[in-house]
Amino acid sequence: MNLNPFRAKKYAISKIYRTRPQEIERPRDIPEGERPNVPQGIMTKCPQCGYMIYTKNLTKNNKQCQECGYYFKISAYDRVTMIIDDGTFEEYDKDLITEDPLGFPEYDSKLKRTQIKTGLADGIVTGKGKIHGIEVMLGVMEPAFFMGSMGTVIGEKLTRLFEQAIAERLPVIVFTASGGARMQEGIFSLMQMAKVSAAVAKHSEAGLLYITVLTDPTTGGVTASFAMLGDIILAEPGALIGFAGPRVIQQTIGQKLPEGFQRSEFLLEHGFVDRIVPREQLKQTLGTILKLHDNLGTEAKGLN
Amino acid sequence: MEITAWEKVKLARMSVRPTGLDYINQILDNFIEFHGDRYYGDDHAIVGGIASFGGVPVTVIAQQKGRNTKENIVRNFSMPHPEGYRKALRLMKQAEKFHRPIICFIDTPGAFCGIGAEERGQGEAIASNLAEMILLRTPILTVVISEGGSGGALALGVADRVYMLEHAIYAILSPEGFASILYKDASKAEQAAEDMKLTAQDLLNFGIIDGIVAEPQGGAHNDPQQVAENIKIILENDLKELLELPVDQLLRQRYQKFRKI
Repeated sequence: MNLNPFRAKKYAISKIYRTRPQEIERPRDIPEGERPNVPQGIMTKCPQCGYMIYTKNLTKNNKQCQECGYYFKISAYDRVTMIIDDGTFEEYDKDLITEDPLGFPEYDSKLKRTQIKTGLADGIVTGKGKIHGIEVMLGVMEPAFFMGSMGTVIGEKLTRLFEQAIAERLPVIVFTASGGARMQEGIFSLMQMAKVSAAVAKHSEAGLLYITVLTDPTTGGVTASFAMLGDIILAEPGALIGFAGPRVIQQTIGQKLPEGFQRSEFLLEHGFVDRIVPREQLKQTLGTILKLHDNLGTEAKGLN
Repeated sequence: MEITAWEKVKLARMSVRPTGLDYINQILDNFIEFHGDRYYGDDHAIVGGIASFGGVPVTVIAQQKGRNTKENIVRNFSMPHPEGYRKALRLMKQAEKFHRPIICFIDTPGAFCGIGAEERGQGEAIASNLAEMILLRTPILTVVISEGGSGGALALGVADRVYMLEHAIYAILSPEGFASILYKDASKAEQAAEDMKLTAQDLLNFGIIDGIVAEPQGGAHNDPQQVAENIKIILENDLKELLELPVDQLLRQRYQKFRKI
């Protein structure tokens, strides 16, 4: 055994340093509605470690807690800013709103309130922009809009996005954040799964690239359709990803779920995600992947 | 007499109602069942194989409920796991290879929710079926015979023609689940069933399905043979029509069918 006191001391320090970030438990079971939204105040408390963060720093730090690495939910437009080259984003179908196909009780008034609160017509932002100078079609789901649930507007906007991408021979990137299909639009929401998947299939058939980035949470009908259809599937660390929600599964099987169940790392381990990418590296990673597929578009360079 | 949505939900779930295998045996000849997804296992909640339909070889796939508790344990109450959907997709790809039309019978409360189902990628399995079925170069006919529960049903529902039995239901979620999410009270399922618009008549009005198969007074169990005959007539007509279409046109129409919803 090495009794050199300096080495021992050095080891002790590095041990503390190395284990600290992993030893902090992530809160697994906070119900969706009770999770703190990205706040307006000067200081923001991290829901995971309780650290008080200067809100300006939080924004600068990709909405990530500087202390424990917790990811705050991120609005669709903030995501666009984070991913797309400055001044290159052209939004599509911004004002498309639902026709409330079931005439569902109180849906209309709740929609209006949500539209005012979020400044969005529905739960997704779509458009065309550039990443490191490469043109791409982008769809970003908004977790704050009916919990990112997919109804007819999200289905239609994504379908148009893929169809436009086929017409212009461009890759598509979709950031998912969704509790699943939107209940208030019933069977129409369910059918959006088939509609968007059909458009994805056509885009794929045309030999074009589709990347999905799964963020917290991605569940239900979104997981069971376009989220899982990417040629390349990336995920943010620690995101809840699954078909059924953990509470439903727990109720169905009547036993406690294992630690880390349905998190990004679990999906990686089971072979359903290509790669977990920390938020601050996402743009770089997407840029590199796009560059490696850049021969697919109109400027086909080819190998022959 | 008008039957309420909730009464239809109860009718669709009756254990005496004819199941997928009942219709397979009534409508098709020489049914040979095939098993397994070639990756993991064989899911008894989905039955599949080949058969003859009025002399035409077809591939048939059905979600299968049991008649009693014992059968239902084997069939997992017709709630498929990922391997069930992957078996279905394997058989559909095989049908495409041999230019066989595909007939699907939907009857599920939903895809199974459990640890194994998540570990093996329930979401990915359903998603793959949706994306692959839209491109399959052979006609697909689907009949919702009792319960069409959510994505677990849709995974056999991307078809050229979709029918529902008169008292079948097809919905985004069970009325109980829907009530507990939206009304925070599972006992309001009856109200949910009304609000969800999940009956065959609702879905025909919406243009989501292509037609309704008549049932005898009181429900399909009162005369399964008659119902089988009704299904057979509709499918025969469709098949004749669809087999005459050039495949590219068939696929364009299938895409448009879902595109317009």
